[in-house]
Amino acid sequence: MTAQLLEMRDISKSFSAVKVLDQVQFDLEAGEVHALMGENGAGKSTLMKILNGVYTKDSGTVTVKGKVQDMNSPSEAQNLKIAMIHQELNLIPHLTVMENIFLGREFTYGSTGLIHWKKMKQEADRYLSQLGLQIDPTTLTSELSVGQQQMVEIAKALSMNTEILVLDEPTAALTNREIDALFDVIASLKVKGVGMIYISHRMEEIFRICDRVTVMRDGKYVGTKRVSETSMDEIVKMMVGREITDRFPKIDIEFGAEKLKVEGLTLKGKLHNIFFSIRAGEIVALAGLMGAGRTELAKVLFGVTPADQGVITVSSKQVNIRKPIEAIQAGIALVTEDRKDEGLLLPMSVSHNIALPNLLAVSKFGFMSKARNEELTDKMMKQLHIKALSANQSVGSLSGGNQQKVVIGKWLATNPELLILDEPTRGVDIGAKKEIYDLMNQLARQGVAILMISSELPEVMGMSDRILVMHEGRITGHFTREEATQEKIMFAATGGGNRDAS
Amino acid sequence: MQAEVKANHKMKFVKFQSLGTLVGLLLLFIVLSFASDNFLTVNNLLNVFRQISINAFIAFGMTFVILTGGIDLSVGSILALSSAVTAGLMAGGMDTWLSVLIGLITGGLMGALNGVLIAKGRLAPFIVTLGTMTVFRGLTLVYTDGKPITGLNDNFAIFGKGYFLQIPMPIIWMVVAFAVLYIILKHTTFGRRVYAIGSNEEATWLSGISTTKVKIFVYSISGLLAAMSGMILTSRLDSAQPTAGTAYEMDAIASVVLGGTSLSGGRGWIVGTLIGAIIIGVLNNGLNLLNVSSFYQQVVKGIVILIAVLLDRSKKSN
Repeated sequence: MTAQLLEMRDISKSFSAVKVLDQVQFDLEAGEVHALMGENGAGKSTLMKILNGVYTKDSGTVTVKGKVQDMNSPSEAQNLKIAMIHQELNLIPHLTVMENIFLGREFTYGSTGLIHWKKMKQEADRYLSQLGLQIDPTTLTSELSVGQQQMVEIAKALSMNTEILVLDEPTAALTNREIDALFDVIASLKVKGVGMIYISHRMEEIFRICDRVTVMRDGKYVGTKRVSETSMDEIVKMMVGREITDRFPKIDIEFGAEKLKVEGLTLKGKLHNIFFSIRAGEIVALAGLMGAGRTELAKVLFGVTPADQGVITVSSKQVNIRKPIEAIQAGIALVTEDRKDEGLLLPMSVSHNIALPNLLAVSKFGFMSKARNEELTDKMMKQLHIKALSANQSVGSLSGGNQQKVVIGKWLATNPELLILDEPTRGVDIGAKKEIYDLMNQLARQGVAILMISSELPEVMGMSDRILVMHEGRITGHFTREEATQEKIMFAATGGGNRDAS
Repeated sequence: MQAEVKANHKMKFVKFQSLGTLVGLLLLFIVLSFASDNFLTVNNLLNVFRQISINAFIAFGMTFVILTGGIDLSVGSILALSSAVTAGLMAGGMDTWLSVLIGLITGGLMGALNGVLIAKGRLAPFIVTLGTMTVFRGLTLVYTDGKPITGLNDNFAIFGKGYFLQIPMPIIWMVVAFAVLYIILKHTTFGRRVYAIGSNEEATWLSGISTTKVKIFVYSISGLLAAMSGMILTSRLDSAQPTAGTAYEMDAIASVVLGGTSLSGGRGWIVGTLIGAIIIGVLNNGLNLLNVSSFYQQVVKGIVILIAVLLDRSKKSN
């Protein structure tokens, strides 16, 4: 019987009336690797942030080594020997490896504040060699590969005598060889009795290194299984198993001519040989997990990062898209995933935002035409039911749903042939979601081709005619709406389909 | 709904703030009128505004630059080099208007060079213009051999010394420039692009706007206006000084900030800059009239700027 390291019971958490965690359970034994799985937005990272003292829970108990604890700050979690390796690494690139390992805990000569460099080097050496790493502690961190930097983070955790280590998608940016090295390290930490929580979307990794798996869905606890007693299919079912209701008002539209054809699109290291097409009136969903290359594909089509290879044809005209203006001229519009950083001028008015990609249409000889600008803004505000005090209200003060409608509006005003929507309903309430779906129908009926990127499977299956699934920069699944099941999509999205093929 | 009400309140507050600068200026006027008999006379005021025009031109250009989120430290050196070029050509016997035109183009080109380095080279505006500030100043010293250039044409007086309906020409030029630039910022697509870049450069680029072109143009405007300021200064002094315009960027930046334009870009207006430039001009003049030593004048000016920035900050956090 191994010792119980951590027990999280009935953890709940809400952000401004939205319940993101609802009575979640999780526990961890010493020397165990316990996988935490679920779709994007299932609440995994919120749960881990509570464990690390970044967020405080609303209710529930956390027991660490038999004692009930309240982690109110990351340093309290650190004192309890809990550490987390984030997806984005937290090392300071201009400092050496040993400076990073002992940041804020430098060895000094007594209380003089003078740094004992020799001891620091010795100690860093010791922890690095415990992990079987041959990294010189005096190397600048920026000179290391991502995999090596991750190892340094683990060495740092080790130097703090960490007993509970959270690994958030640690393999996302690693090469195969680095992954093998990481798994060796994980195995050696197991022997030392460190308990590890492993978050990953890669099914095969779970079966390779984890002892147990806990699945979450929509902020709720679904179940915990021993990996040796379960199967990929069962886990997938646990991850997606929910009913699709008539939240999705998809209507059937007769398709017209081919609006977009993509052949052999390749972006080095990101996208590999992508082929697909979309016809007028058709809504194609692009499914997959975070980092699968969906947003990259959208950005290639829109000229943000031009493709290295491949042919893009819009309305049977081959186009060469190297920057956004060329994509816009070709009739493509992209509603970006991140509306605050890439979509909107937050301090500016609704009308200013809608005019931005349409400046030629709302001006004469370079002078703004107030009448045309007002007319265009008015039209979009009406069509999209944008709720604002006036066209002059700043976009930053609107609700998330209305902000999203402004982004869609500014692109709709360009009269696109192909509309790419990247996570169009993220952070949007249910009412506004429905309105966005209705709008998609309306546009499809007008003959617009729509490519919708979405991480929400119900949305993918509810609102599309066809579904493309991506995994690691490749299209690994292609289903019609009738063929698709959540299990099939999830299987393809976690590389399952790929594995069968090879 | 509550958020919307709050937003409305916020908008009113912003308007009130621009009003605040104006109220500050009025207070300054009232205090100085009482403190000095010489302040509120037509002669003194015309004189003040003539002085203000030199800074105002530079500050107008600086407004464009700062609205895009940039900064231009090289304006003083651009002023010096373009006025040296114009003066040199005139002294060499060239026609007044042609020499002025060439001087202004020189200024615009120096600004364009800043813009190209910043936009195409993706370098920080502070560093680029710090570098070109030194380069242009050095070129001025080379061109003038460190000596003033004199022997300018008589009709060059129209820039700095002449009068129109008893109003000094520099003030006329300033009002014309202000009107044109106001219209550009407020009523043209170019103006929209300037604000958009300062507000969110990424989103602007993704909206199909060539942020590179807009930035190059903005720095060219700044260079052109610095050159224009140089023409007025040279005409008033009847000579081009190799050290003219030294540290002029400071008053220009201060005017823009006093006028409520945010140093991070996207927010502000040129009317505020005009008010800011007037405040600085009136402050200089008033302190002179009150016989405050020029050493203390600097202290006072600095404090006024700091207070304005603090007000700007509290406005943002509200």
